Amino acid sequence: MASEPIIRIEDLVFRWSAEGEPCLDIPSFEIQAGDHIFLYGPSGSGKSTLLGLLGGVLVPERGRVKVLGVELAQLGSADRDRFRADHVGFIFQQFNLIPYLSVIDNVLLPCRFSAKRHKTVTQGGRKLHDEAVRLLSHLDLDASLHHRAATQLSVGQQQRVAAARALIGRPEIVIADEPTSALDAERQIAFLDLLSRECVEAGSTLLFVSHDGRLAARFSHEIALPSINRGITEGTLA
Amino acid sequence: MRHLLFLAARSAWNRRLTLGLTLVAVALSVTLLLGVVRIRQEAKDSFSESISGTDLVVGARTSPVQLMLYAVFRIGEATNNMRWQSYQVLASRPEVAWSIPLSLGDSHRGFPVLGTSTAYFEHFHYGSSQALVFSAGKPFADVFDAVLGADVADHLGYHLGDHITLSHGMSGQGLAEHADKPFTVVGVLARTGTPVDRTVHISLEAMEAIHLDWQGGAPMPGFTIPAEYVRKFDLTPKEITAALVGLKSRAAVFKMQRTINDSTPEALLGVLPGVALDQLWQVVSIVEHTLLAVAAMVVVVGLSGLTAVILASLGERRRELAILRSVGAKPSDVFLLLTAEGLSITVLGALLGVLLLTLLTALLGPLAQSRFGLVIEPKWVSAEEFMLLATVVGVGLCASLVPGYRAYKLSLADGLTPRL
Repeated sequence: MASEPIIRIEDLVFRWSAEGEPCLDIPSFEIQAGDHIFLYGPSGSGKSTLLGLLGGVLVPERGRVKVLGVELAQLGSADRDRFRADHVGFIFQQFNLIPYLSVIDNVLLPCRFSAKRHKTVTQGGRKLHDEAVRLLSHLDLDASLHHRAATQLSVGQQQRVAAARALIGRPEIVIADEPTSALDAERQIAFLDLLSRECVEAGSTLLFVSHDGRLAARFSHEIALPSINRGITEGTLA
Repeated sequence: MRHLLFLAARSAWNRRLTLGLTLVAVALSVTLLLGVVRIRQEAKDSFSESISGTDLVVGARTSPVQLMLYAVFRIGEATNNMRWQSYQVLASRPEVAWSIPLSLGDSHRGFPVLGTSTAYFEHFHYGSSQALVFSAGKPFADVFDAVLGADVADHLGYHLGDHITLSHGMSGQGLAEHADKPFTVVGVLARTGTPVDRTVHISLEAMEAIHLDWQGGAPMPGFTIPAEYVRKFDLTPKEITAALVGLKSRAAVFKMQRTINDSTPEALLGVLPGVALDQLWQVVSIVEHTLLAVAAMVVVVGLSGLTAVILASLGERRRELAILRSVGAKPSDVFLLLTAEGLSITVLGALLGVLLLTLLTALLGPLAQSRFGLVIEPKWVSAEEFMLLATVVGVGLCASLVPGYRAYKLSLADGLTPRL
C-alpha cells in the first residue's frame, strides 16, 4: 500500500465544450503520500480545471482521476462531495472566509460537512473548539482574533485561518491554490513555513499550486503543469 | 441539516437590513390580507345579524333587495308606500303573531327617523334573537317623544330630556325643518351594532302630526297647526313604508308570503329576510371580492420582492457558495440554504403579520365599532385564515425555489472557482 500514490491521473482528457480543443490532456501524473509538491501553473495552464477534477466538482471526459485509490468518476456527485469534505482541504488565493462567520466557525466548517473529520478531531476526547484554537495558535493567530468576524482580519491573517480550516480533522490532502499571491514576499515565506510544518504534523500531503517559481525551492518536488499537460490551454480560465 | 440552518441564519443576519425590510413588506401584506378577510367576516356577520326573528318583511311591490335596503338598513327611499288599511288587514290575519309598522322619510342631522309603534321595542330582534334594551329612559308614550339609537345619542351628545327637531326628507343640505314641533328625548337604546343604532324612533302618530300642515313635501303656505293643537286631529296614518311580521308558526311562512304577493287591490311584496339578506350580500360581495383580490395581489407583490432580494444577493454570494462547496457542501445543500432563507422569511412574515393584525384590531377595534358599527376584536386565527396563511407560505415556498434553483445551477457551474 505504501507504494500506491495518493493521487494518480491516467490518460486524462477534459474539455469545457464538446466541440472545443481539450483544455487538459495529461497522460500520467502521480503524487506520493506525504510529499510536498510544488505545481508550477502559470495562468491559462488549466490549473483551476485540474483542481476542480481533483476536488471532484468536475468529471473527466476520458481517463481516470484516482485519489486515495478511489476513482472519483465512479462515485456519484453527492459521494464525490462527501469524499472531498472527508479527504481534501482547500486554500484559495484570497477571500477564503465566509464573511458572516467568526474565525472559529470558519475553521470548523469542514467538521460540519464531514463526519469523518469531525470524528478525527473528537475521538481523542478533544473538543472541536479546542482543536480550532490549537491550530490557530500554531499558525500564529492571536487568541484575541478568534471570535472576530472574518472580515475584520488582514489578508495574511485570513490566509492563516484558511490554512487552519484546510488542516482541521487531518485530511489526507491539502490543496493550496496560490495562497500567498496576495501576501508580500516576507510573509509568503513565513506562511509557507507554517503551512509545511502543519502539514507534516497532520500527516497531510501538500499540493501547492502557484505561478511564482521562486517558491519552488521550499518543496520536496516540483512539477510544471505545462510540461505534463498536452492540452491546449491558452484562453481558458486561469 | 442543522449546520445548513445555522449557516442560513448567520448569512441572513449578515444581510439583516435588506431582508428585514423585505420581512416587513411580507408581514404588512399578510396583515392586509387577513384584515380584509376579518373585516369581510365581521361585516357579513353584522349584516346578517341586523334582523332576527322576523318572518316576513312586507312593503309596496318593488324588488326584494330594495325593500330590505330601506326597511332594514334605512338606505334609499321607498318608491311606493303601503296603505294603512292594507297593513291593518295583514296584521289582523290569524297566522300573524305580531307586526311592526315602519314609516320612513324624515331625518335628524343625517340620521334616519323611523315612525313605528311600541310593538317595535317588544318584538324587534337582532343578532341571535336579542331584544332591544334601553340604556336609559323608556319607549315613547306621548306624540312628541323620541327614542334614540346608541350612535345618534353618542354622536350628537343627546341625553334624556333634550329637545330635537326633525328635518323633512332623508339627506342633503337645506332640508325643510319641522321646527315648530320639537321632540323630547325619552329613551336611548343600548348599542346593537345594527342600523337601529343610527335611527331616531318616533311614533306613527307623531309622523302624522308633523306632516299635518304639509302638502306635496313642503309646508302649506300661510297655514300652520301649532303643536299643542295636533292632538285634536285624527293622527291615524294613511300609509306606512313597510311592516315587519312575525308568524305564530314558521311553517306558514311560504303560504303567507304567497297570500301577500297575490294580494289585491294593493300590490304588496313579502320577503323572507334571510333570503333577501343573502341576495343583498351577493351585491355587496363584489366589493368584498375585489378587496380580497387586491389584498392577494399585494401578498404576491411582497413575495416577488422577497424573490428579487434573494436573487440579487446571489451575485455577491457566489464566492461564499464556492467556499462552501470546497469544504464539502453539495449543490443540493446550496439549494436548501437559499430556499430555507426565503421560506423562513415567508413564515416569519406570516407570523409577524398575524401579530400586527392582533395589535391593530386591539387598538382600532373600538374605533371601528363606534364609527362603522363593526365589531372587530383580537381573536385567534380561524380555520379559514389558517388555510390562507398556509397558502401564503406555500406561495412563499414556490417563490423561494427560484433563488434556490438559481444558486444550485451557479454552484454546479462554478465548482470551486466562481467566474466573477
